[in-house]
Amino acid sequence: MKVPLTWLKDYVDLDDLGIEDLAKVMTMVGLEVEEIHLVGLPLPEGDRHEFKYTGLPWPADKFIVAQVDEVLPHPNADRLVLCRLNDGKEEITVLTGAPNLYDYKGKGPLDEPLKVAYAREGAELYDGHQPGYQLTMLKRMKIRGVESFSMICSEKELGLTEAHEGVILLDADAPTGMPLADYMGDAVFDVDTLPNMVRDASVLGMAREIAAATGKELHYPDDSLEMAGPALEGRVGLEIMDPELNPRFMLGMLEGVAIQPSPYWVRRRLSLAGMRPINAVVDATNYVMLEIGEPLHAFDYDILVERAGGKAPTIITRTAEDGEKLTTLDGAEHTLDSNMELVTDTAGVLSLAGVMGGEESEVNDQTCNVLLEGASWNFINIRKTVSKLKITSEAAYRFSRGIHPALAELGLRLCLKRMQEWGGGTIAQGLIDHYPNPPEDPLVEISVDWVDNNLGVAISPDEIAKILTRLEFECSVDGDTVTAKTPQHRLDIHDGLIGRADLLEEISRIYGYDKIPSRRLNQPLPPQRMSQEMAMEDTLRDLLVNLGLQELIAYRMTAPGREARRFPPDYAAPEVDYVEIQNPITVDRRVMRRSILATMLEILEYNSTLSERLAMFEIGPVFHPVAGQQLPDEKMMLSIGLTGLRSMPTWQKDKPEIVDFYDLKGVVEGMLAGLHIDNVTYAAGEDPSLHPGKTADVLVDGEKVGVMGELHPLVKANYELGDAPVYVAEFALAPLVGKAKILFDVEAIPTYPPVLEDLAVVVADDVTAAQVEEVIRRGGGEYLAKVQLFDIFKGKQVGEGRKSLAFSLTYIAPDRTLTDKEVSKLRQKVIFLLGKELGAELRS
Amino acid sequence: MSDKEAALANLQKIQAEGLAALEAVTEQEELEAWRVATLGRSSPVMGVFSSMGAMDQDLRPVMGKAANEVRTTLEAAFEAKRAALEEAALLKELETEKLDVTLPGRPVERGRLHPLTQVLRRIIRTFGDMGFQVYRSPEVETDDYNFTYLNMPPYHPARDMWDTFYTKDEGVLLRTHTSGGQIRVMRERAPEPIRVILPGTTMRYEQLSARSEIEFAQVEVLVVGEKVTFAELKGTLEDFAKRLFGEEARTRLRPSHFPFTEPSAEMDVECFVCGGKGCGVCKETGWLEILGCGMVHPVVLENGGYDPARYSGFAAGMGIDRSTLMRYRIDDIRHFRNNDIRFLRQF
Repeated sequence: MKVPLTWLKDYVDLDDLGIEDLAKVMTMVGLEVEEIHLVGLPLPEGDRHEFKYTGLPWPADKFIVAQVDEVLPHPNADRLVLCRLNDGKEEITVLTGAPNLYDYKGKGPLDEPLKVAYAREGAELYDGHQPGYQLTMLKRMKIRGVESFSMICSEKELGLTEAHEGVILLDADAPTGMPLADYMGDAVFDVDTLPNMVRDASVLGMAREIAAATGKELHYPDDSLEMAGPALEGRVGLEIMDPELNPRFMLGMLEGVAIQPSPYWVRRRLSLAGMRPINAVVDATNYVMLEIGEPLHAFDYDILVERAGGKAPTIITRTAEDGEKLTTLDGAEHTLDSNMELVTDTAGVLSLAGVMGGEESEVNDQTCNVLLEGASWNFINIRKTVSKLKITSEAAYRFSRGIHPALAELGLRLCLKRMQEWGGGTIAQGLIDHYPNPPEDPLVEISVDWVDNNLGVAISPDEIAKILTRLEFECSVDGDTVTAKTPQHRLDIHDGLIGRADLLEEISRIYGYDKIPSRRLNQPLPPQRMSQEMAMEDTLRDLLVNLGLQELIAYRMTAPGREARRFPPDYAAPEVDYVEIQNPITVDRRVMRRSILATMLEILEYNSTLSERLAMFEIGPVFHPVAGQQLPDEKMMLSIGLTGLRSMPTWQKDKPEIVDFYDLKGVVEGMLAGLHIDNVTYAAGEDPSLHPGKTADVLVDGEKVGVMGELHPLVKANYELGDAPVYVAEFALAPLVGKAKILFDVEAIPTYPPVLEDLAVVVADDVTAAQVEEVIRRGGGEYLAKVQLFDIFKGKQVGEGRKSLAFSLTYIAPDRTLTDKEVSKLRQKVIFLLGKELGAELRS
Repeated sequence: MSDKEAALANLQKIQAEGLAALEAVTEQEELEAWRVATLGRSSPVMGVFSSMGAMDQDLRPVMGKAANEVRTTLEAAFEAKRAALEEAALLKELETEKLDVTLPGRPVERGRLHPLTQVLRRIIRTFGDMGFQVYRSPEVETDDYNFTYLNMPPYHPARDMWDTFYTKDEGVLLRTHTSGGQIRVMRERAPEPIRVILPGTTMRYEQLSARSEIEFAQVEVLVVGEKVTFAELKGTLEDFAKRLFGEEARTRLRPSHFPFTEPSAEMDVECFVCGGKGCGVCKETGWLEILGCGMVHPVVLENGGYDPARYSGFAAGMGIDRSTLMRYRIDDIRHFRNNDIRFLRQF
């Protein structure tokens, strides 16, 4: 909400507080000032400002309240006039093209001079003819043969509003010769009101907070009325059908009002507060809503009488019938349902209660008698209506957050008073007031100990009472306990324990957060529990980073079609359930992902032209709905993606090779070794996304924990992935975490020299290296410390359909140097087993 | 002059001439020639040795000793010269081996943690040092945990503070904040004292733009115990801010509102971009909002299984993406989850 400083000053004396200091007070009490718009006032002194300032200063020697005594025609131009202007010092002729002065042209000296905002030569102001806010300086020039050097200003030129149709005509009592900034300079605070502080969505509400924080006195507006008209009683009936939804409804009447513009100061205040001035009646309802936070609604009484067939109308508040229709004054037609509260008469719907009026009974240019509604509505009901009909209004904003019914009366009285002041007329005798459901304003007890135990500062009962009294709680002190009765302008204070928390907030805000001390935690340390899973995830991240991979954090939202790209085109993917989003921002983000591999492939695709080498991993959840379970399983997964060059190319001659299956396998092996997972085996595997011949299942203790391999060329063709093959791996984290070891045995460093020898054997093509290695290890027994494959050879020399595998074997005994004889014996055993089990022959 | 004296003088002469000749040697080839001439088989000093047999019996030891000394001196001089020449030659050779040290090194591809993980780890470590432990709760959450149990029954006005993604399952949504985990951890631990942080991904319905993201990382802080006060909230969070932003970091708490805390506050840290002078990043205020916090609301304590008459607590929640964005002056918040390698490689 935008609140002008001059308006605040109606309720609290702020003359000793600078703009910057006032904004600080507001911020520190919970009224966050987002921006300060200066209207004519200079930027506060000092080099550090904690707020964003906009706006235009009006130096006292350049911007003056002046009076136009006569409007003369321009000798050479119809659309321009010359004004005989007095700025309090001298008489000047000022040229202007403002259409709102044409009426005064050639009328001779004016009986009542026009008061205007006058800018002298050299003044800097906004150019009214340029879009936006462009600064320009007034210079001496000739327009159509007449010299011009100063200006009568429009609102836009002064930075008040966008309006530039005519010049500002100030109220008649504006003192000629007074610096304009002194007369109407202002600062508009743009305040972000918190959802629980609807009481502060009003100038009076903010003034109350400021008064409380500074210890100043709060002045309520005068709501005394002169009710000189005939009694209202008998001229309008009222029925409340559901007091739960409509706790209070009041009516008052102003007769013989003129639909005319409000005084300039009212229009200026409304404009500065962001509300368009319309006429005295509508302006009064808006003004009072901004002033105290109570939205009001004005009906044309004569239309209601007409609808009632010439008799006294009856206002009925009730819920809508399903399907009932209403065209609101914004021109939109709404279909209503039986939960929506309405204001009606015997002829039908008048307005959507607390939200927006209907077109038909609205105040219009012919209106003469105004029936004014001040009411209170159930905020949850208003909220539901607003969210269902998707309409908003200033009234709905307030009523949907809870307005105390007591404000209906103050609002009604103030509004009648202001309408009469600005539009004339007579106020009917008496107000109609149905108040079937007054709220219980809670009485809350709070002790000094309670405050100390929750805020950590001992505040005396008297001080607590003083703070709360400033916020208009009625307090009594009994020993260490303060009893506070909630004031009749707020509905956010509860009973009992919650009420105490509510009061703690009020006490601490006004006491000042900055005055509460800072202390370190003094509580016993809770039992320390470690999440093995999260600790392992972190270990895994570090391992993969050490292996040269880039970690990713990816979006969870995707679309089934995006995930299906990870399958070959003809693959019949099984039907799966997704966590579906009811209100997605786009169709391609309408479900929670099920596949971490699909995410990896999209990220590889995104980056494929950006780097010649990609090596990445992601650890994150996938979401699998489970029948009979409200929430999906969130399974933590790991994906790895490798493609492109083995290392980044440089100026060096040799271009690095592209990665292959075994680069990926090296990463996987490094990762598993780093987790100290033993008994890992790899077996040819199958996966619809992977190359049928280049896929491995990764098994730990014979149990599959993941899959790795080359991306299936048909799948790769679904993405824009460049020429190099792509290698990916996918693991579920839970089994890895389960198998990882925190404690493991360290092998002794051998003290005796090893015996090294090579062994080359020829086997059939379909015998795997792993099979050969397993037999070698079994044959070599405990002294065979290391088996390393160092060559694979295929060719004529070894025969068709066969291959040669060459291993380097390392024998070590922990307690002695092995003799040649011992090693030779082991070697014979290995060769024998290889021949017997795998048909292997020693390669000569 | 006796024969002896003459012979010794001759030896001195040989030595002096040899050393003088060595002095003139500047190349390794000349040095070899010098060695042959001065210490070779037919050199003068070797001549003295070979003429020894013809000398007087009593002269021999004296001459032998003297000749040996001359030879040793010459040899030592030779060695010194040789070493000097070798070093000179080496230095000369090194001169020719000059590398262009400005050429780039052979790249070793370094693995990296995602920038958000890096920041998150600093936060976790900081709180870890203060005895906080990490707790994880689901990303797809029930409406109850995300809102209702946090003192926001259906149609509560405060629900407007979060633009929510709902799933097609009744009462299930994508969590809008990590605060839902508060209830989960309380229900699991009650009545033990609690000191946890809950990091995680949260989701909000926004239009994606350079400034606004639909998925982002948050960290929740929760302390529950007896007589946990606002003063401790202040102290703990100020300590945290100093650890994260530096010892000099100035902070302030100002009143705010969250339905699940009361009193509630927003913590601002002095803008680390401009040092508090005011800039575009801090919107000319000199302050950056880094977290929301407050005393746990009695309704929330009760929903978590703690008697609010006996227990109190504080909670805080902070977004990681936005503060990381500001720290590194990143121009587009979507970089974090687009995973552009050119972006990630800079961390």
